[in-house]
Amino acid sequence: MRFGGLLAVNDLSFAAAGRQITAIIGPNGAGKTTLFNCITGFYRPQVGRIALHHPTGVKLLERLPDHRIAREAGVARTFQNIRLFPRMTVLENLIVAQHAALMRASVFSLAGLLGLARYRQAERRAVDKARHWLDRLNLIAQADDEAGALPYGSQRRLEIARAMCTDPVLLCLDEPAAGLNPRESAELNTLLTAIRDETGVGVLLIEHDMTVVMGISDHIVVLDYGRRIAEGPPAAIRRDPAVIRAYLGETAAEDLPPAVSGDVSEADGC
Amino acid sequence: MATAPADPAPPLKDAVIDAALAGLVAAALALPMLGFHLEDGTTSLTLSPHLPRVGLAALVVAGGRLGLTLARRGLAARRAGRPGRLARLGGRLSGTRLWVGWAMLLFAAVLPLLPFADRNLIDKATMVLIYVMLGWGLNVVVGLAGLLDLGFVAFYAVGAYSYALLAHYFGLSFWACLPLAGLLAAAFGLTLGFPVLRLRGDYLAIVTLGFGEIVRVVLVNWGDLTGGPNGLGGIPRPTLFGLRFAAYAPPGHHTFAQFFGLRFSPEHRIVFLYFLILILASVTNLVTLRLRRLPIGRAWEALREDEIACRSLGLNPTTVKLSAFATGAMCAGFAGSFFATRQGFISPESFTFMESAVILAIVVLGGMGSQIGVVLAALLLVGLPEWFRELQQYRMLAFGAALVLIMLWRPSGLLSGRAPTIRLGERT
Amino acid sequence: MEYFLQQLINGITLGAIYGLIAIGYTMVYGIIGMINFAHGDIYMLGAFFALIAYLAATTMGGGSVAFGLMAALLATMLFTSLWGWAVERLAYRPLRGAPRLAPLISAIGMSIVLQNFTQLTQGARVKPLQPVIHGGVTLLKANGFAVSLSWLQITIVLVTVALMLVFTWVITRTPLGRAQRATEQDMKMAALLGVNVDRVISTTFVIGAALASVAGLMVTLYYGVIDFYIGFLAGIKAFTAAVLGGIGSLPGAMLGGLAIGLIEALWSGYFSIEYKDVAAFSILVLVLLFRPSGLLGRPEVEKI
Repeated sequence: MRFGGLLAVNDLSFAAAGRQITAIIGPNGAGKTTLFNCITGFYRPQVGRIALHHPTGVKLLERLPDHRIAREAGVARTFQNIRLFPRMTVLENLIVAQHAALMRASVFSLAGLLGLARYRQAERRAVDKARHWLDRLNLIAQADDEAGALPYGSQRRLEIARAMCTDPVLLCLDEPAAGLNPRESAELNTLLTAIRDETGVGVLLIEHDMTVVMGISDHIVVLDYGRRIAEGPPAAIRRDPAVIRAYLGETAAEDLPPAVSGDVSEADGC
Repeated sequence: MATAPADPAPPLKDAVIDAALAGLVAAALALPMLGFHLEDGTTSLTLSPHLPRVGLAALVVAGGRLGLTLARRGLAARRAGRPGRLARLGGRLSGTRLWVGWAMLLFAAVLPLLPFADRNLIDKATMVLIYVMLGWGLNVVVGLAGLLDLGFVAFYAVGAYSYALLAHYFGLSFWACLPLAGLLAAAFGLTLGFPVLRLRGDYLAIVTLGFGEIVRVVLVNWGDLTGGPNGLGGIPRPTLFGLRFAAYAPPGHHTFAQFFGLRFSPEHRIVFLYFLILILASVTNLVTLRLRRLPIGRAWEALREDEIACRSLGLNPTTVKLSAFATGAMCAGFAGSFFATRQGFISPESFTFMESAVILAIVVLGGMGSQIGVVLAALLLVGLPEWFRELQQYRMLAFGAALVLIMLWRPSGLLSGRAPTIRLGERT
Repeated sequence: MEYFLQQLINGITLGAIYGLIAIGYTMVYGIIGMINFAHGDIYMLGAFFALIAYLAATTMGGGSVAFGLMAALLATMLFTSLWGWAVERLAYRPLRGAPRLAPLISAIGMSIVLQNFTQLTQGARVKPLQPVIHGGVTLLKANGFAVSLSWLQITIVLVTVALMLVFTWVITRTPLGRAQRATEQDMKMAALLGVNVDRVISTTFVIGAALASVAGLMVTLYYGVIDFYIGFLAGIKAFTAAVLGGIGSLPGAMLGGLAIGLIEALWSGYFSIEYKDVAAFSILVLVLLFRPSGLLGRPEVEKI
């Protein structure tokens, strides 16, 4: 993927499996979000192929427009700067996520306009699904509040709930732990592993918070300057010299700032 | 004005100086326009000075400014920290919206029976209702979907001309043309919308404005079809299940008065038209309210909130926008064909940018997305000026000034605040 | 060929006028992101002020045309700027931070006020002015068709070019211009760094109004008739020009103005005068479809 003269993601190949949490890490500007935007169709890579093995067949994501990637290939995502529908309620946010199914049930709005039973049932099912995720993410008490009025941590959770309401096969999370306090990010860890184990979606995760990354990832891909510099299970990544170099420069490990070494040792403990 | 309570009360001396400055500025502003009048002389233009008027303007402005400052000081002292009365009224109104809506509908339904309802009043009420309907239509586009449309009048014109032309060339009746006009306007909306809806906010605004003007220019210049600037006359009036509202009916037909054994009165038609637009507008209201609670309506609002998030959830922004555009256009089409049948005559003059501006002002003033707000704004912007028709020129000046003042007073509209389309109702 | 050349000259003259008005739109849009709907009417005021000042000055100055024109130029720039300032102060400044459509409605209201104020004070009839600058040069004469370039056309283009040079210098070289550009990019940050944002915005309106008033003067001289309604169409076209050139871009506004002027002149020369406005808008739609950021605008990449 190239922007003018800048090659943001270059010659990158990796695989993310279902029922697994794959983390993508790398220094700022490594091309992580650009990669996400290519996968979810917001950018179109100039060369290369992104294939998704969907239950209904292989989807070539680089050929689909963004909204069809979400609907047909089952790729859902969250955003680095949260993108909710701020003036709509929490519940409405989740209902909008089920637009495609509800639209089909409302038959070009006609069945809905006439208030046919068929549409009412579909709407009830949609509300049930929303309720399920609100319960899971501990948002049920705020269901009728404006999404924009929620505290930051709840907005992050709501964005995940909204993505899950689209019934994805691949869930792409762009820095879900950013701005969360330690307790919240611990809860996030539990939630993500639970989502993986219960629904079997593949989770693709961009994250800087190493406690999250090292704690829950099954597989880690490290990017720098748009290239993959390492790939493997967390234990291997932690020891990889190329990764240490990318993050810390050429300096030796003893120069680690205390926060980082703290992060690393905490991650070791998990 | 919004900061009034926070202002510390200025001493009197400052207030006077401030007022004097305001007067000076006003004098300078008034000097060329009020101070001189261009007279059309016999051979060329001449100037006649009216300098005292400049002084008068300066005095009025200075006095007004001083009065305002003093009044504001008094008010600020009295109600520091309390929310404005109107803000509270707005809150209460939006809380009991449903009740207010039914009351308004009931009042509208019995209006023609009330003792003070003369022909003139009903006529004006009909006019207001046309704008209410147009406002509700545009509300879908601007208020819900967040698409700024400055050329809404184009669809109104398409509706009006479709009826006029279909009736003229094919002899179709109003009832056959009404749905056709709506569909044609919607189709027109789709064709226009398809290329331009990819554009963002203000580009869309200017392109729709352009389209509105193009439609008008075509209407003016395509004389063979549209009658050009002279317009089309003799547009057939609507019937009630075949009953005519006229003094006499051609053989084989009945008039309304004959059928019910009444004495013919021209007022019958006026009242009939009033009820017709009341029903049309109510249906528009019902349908748009309903649509808002359907997936398509939620998609409109979601699109207004965040287009990128919509795309990530599998909503196709183009179809969502097009559906909003077409729905709004259809409402305008219906309203347009009603307008044509009510007037019996249409010309491009009825479809200028001013109309688009008025309809948009009704929507924004009403509070973007508020159905009752649209009614209030239409009463204020269309109903009120109708009473001052005699003061033609001052009327428009006051209209413009009112737009500015109301916007300054309530920037988010008379009734802002939105009701959720669905509730879980499990509050703890 | 000769005919084409003549239309080209007419188009450039017209384009210079549109360009001057377009700068006001593009600057205001760039800095506060609003369509200043009343700008067309500010230009209309400029035309009236120029006419009034010219008549007043020639009566007092004993009929000297040069003195009259200079007085008209200065007076119209002064008074129109004042009006531009007042409109911003009264109708837009209190709405900073209000919902996006509020200033737009306020601007539409202001536009109606200005039109009707002018109509009330000066009457609805068209105001004619006898040609003031006569003559010109005949560039070439062939096939019984003479291509002429009037002194007035030369003046219009020269004045426009001069104003553009001064204006570009102000924006790129002076502290005022720097503050203006900073405010345009990030109003909050500029305010935090000590830029008086309100004053910068006021100045933007004043400059825009001053340039529009010159356009008003030139139109009064060029067409010889004005009325209270000329602001509407000229305003729409100038805004179209601003969008066409890439809104927010100053050279873009000039280029867009030229483009609209040329399209209009050539279209009315070769096809039909009635549909010349349709032509300008159609071109706008086409350009926006294929180059949504306009000719010279920077494409906006939305950060996801």
